[in-house]
Amino acid sequence: MSKGKFGIHGGQYVPETLMNAINELDVSYNHFKNDEQFNKELTFLLNEYAGRPSRLYYAENAANKLGGAKIYLKREDLNHTGSHKINNVLGQILLAKKIGKKRVIAETGAGQHGVATATAAALLDMECEIFMGEEDTKRQALNVFRMQLLGAKVYPVTSGTKTLKDAVSETMREWSKRSDDTFYVLGSVMGPHPYPQIVRDFQSVISKEIKEQLFEKEGMLPSVVIACVGGGSNSIGAFYSFIDNKEVKLIGCEAAGKGIDTFETAATIAKGRLGIFHGMKSYFCQTESGQIAPVYSISAGLDYPGIGPEHAYLHDTKRAQYVSVTDDEAVEAFEFLSKTEGIIPAIESAHAMYYAMKIAPKMKKNEIIVVCVSGRGDKDVAMIAKYKGKKV
Amino acid sequence: MNKITEIFKDKKTLIVYLTAGDPSLDKTKEYILTIAKNGAGLIEIGIPFSDPIAEGETIQNAMLRALSKNINLDDIFNMVLEVRKKSNIALTFMTYLNPLLSYGYDKFFKKCHETRISGVIIPDMPFEEQSEIKKFSDRYGITIITLIAPTSKERINILAKQAKGFIYLVSSLGVTGVRSKITTNIDTIVLEIKKITETPIAVGFGIATAEQAKEITKYADGVIIGSAVVKIIEEYKENAASKLAEYVSKIKKAITIN
Repeated sequence: MSKGKFGIHGGQYVPETLMNAINELDVSYNHFKNDEQFNKELTFLLNEYAGRPSRLYYAENAANKLGGAKIYLKREDLNHTGSHKINNVLGQILLAKKIGKKRVIAETGAGQHGVATATAAALLDMECEIFMGEEDTKRQALNVFRMQLLGAKVYPVTSGTKTLKDAVSETMREWSKRSDDTFYVLGSVMGPHPYPQIVRDFQSVISKEIKEQLFEKEGMLPSVVIACVGGGSNSIGAFYSFIDNKEVKLIGCEAAGKGIDTFETAATIAKGRLGIFHGMKSYFCQTESGQIAPVYSISAGLDYPGIGPEHAYLHDTKRAQYVSVTDDEAVEAFEFLSKTEGIIPAIESAHAMYYAMKIAPKMKKNEIIVVCVSGRGDKDVAMIAKYKGKKV
Repeated sequence: MNKITEIFKDKKTLIVYLTAGDPSLDKTKEYILTIAKNGAGLIEIGIPFSDPIAEGETIQNAMLRALSKNINLDDIFNMVLEVRKKSNIALTFMTYLNPLLSYGYDKFFKKCHETRISGVIIPDMPFEEQSEIKKFSDRYGITIITLIAPTSKERINILAKQAKGFIYLVSSLGVTGVRSKITTNIDTIVLEIKKITETPIAVGFGIATAEQAKEITKYADGVIIGSAVVKIIEEYKENAASKLAEYVSKIKKAITIN
């Protein structure tokens, strides 16, 4: 019966054409996740190729300026390809290789997951095709060329709103045309079971490292872990090893866009309600009649109308708290971190940084906030300049 | 006998799909009556959804056109009531789970019962997730149509055993849309299903021509035509009735001579 549930969320709401493909994936993942050789190869790739473990950096300047809690940054921006996406992609493409697939397909929004997928496909010698909303191919033209340079084919998706949700739909359609030799590398903790579990497991290296590194530096657990949430892959990665440590507060930052009282927002927990879409039951931004709503955020990586089912469950059980951060606030944090620490974060990660700036002054000196800097901000520089009304 | 199964009795059945509200609900009503009069045994009414992941471009666009008219499920039920004043044709809905969850499953199936909708086809609800709605569809006697795909393989046994009404056999991999050639070994799959169940089998996805329909009904009990009909409506908009009549009767004739 129904598999992969997190409370009432999750499941496998996909067409019959894909059922055997996701069942095959489930079986092979369960085999390889405990396979010694597989884990040895994956650890080798993560360490030698992607540059793990990523640093846990004490942002002393920021902490001094804000006053209050100590702030540590988990530097996923320092990974090869510049974001946390590589953690999941290396795992999935290695799995694809083990089960004899020849071709990988993936969706991408801003292009971070697409670039990571194209990178790992080049390394592991797989054919690679990326589906990207036509709007996003224009906004992130450089990433399109980057993927092509890595040997991938990029298809602009012209259906629906021509953005990330349509890219996911189109990749699912493509997978239903050809699944025998093709592996769908899903980029976030969403979609039908087993994807939310697979992506979470591959991303949980983030919180595993935070725990070890902070114990070494401070001999204690963090008081708060903060990460941005679109679909929710870097946040689930940053939260996962702390879920049983109830004293650690977990905070996910959604993109409020121009504000949760406007229609230009992507804050699913704040504005959405229970729905079924893209293979899962979870919370979705939708209209009164159950049509998926167009969403907006300055950050293409958070511009998605849903949230992963495990986050929906962590929200229901109140184990994690979800807050919304606007475009303006994220840009403020983007500039703050650049100026105080010399670290230009991805605009996605800046949403998490903003909330740390907000709560740190109210916390005690012996308390610790860990912010997951999920990616680097080079891709956003031109857009921020435009936002500030500057010509570059 | 299940009321849907009855329409397959002693004859090959033509099932036609169209999207509610494309180009308008008044026209949908008119086209349903036209299609019924010209030989369709069952009509599948699409309830539009913004992001239909099992549909090709033709039906995706039809659904978006319908949604741009701001129609909702209550409007669609009212349209079906109007159809019911003139026709007893067997009707099913085809849609995705989210609009139904949003409307309320109990209310939806109650209204299906009231408007004599016999079944529902929900592409994003595989067998494993049927418990999502089964309590409600059973309460009001609405059949959940089972889909079987060329990739179903060892799943065929469990799917076919519980199937009621008719089995929707997906002819090809991928999504809906007109195809010039059906390349899967659909005849073998039909034979395999027939060993397991007496529930009639209708084949859909990619079928557009009288020749294809004739070929498929040599072994299957019925044929489902969707995108080809939606294309006629897309092209002729408010003036599609005579073209639809001509097309549907041609297909009906082709499968009757068999």
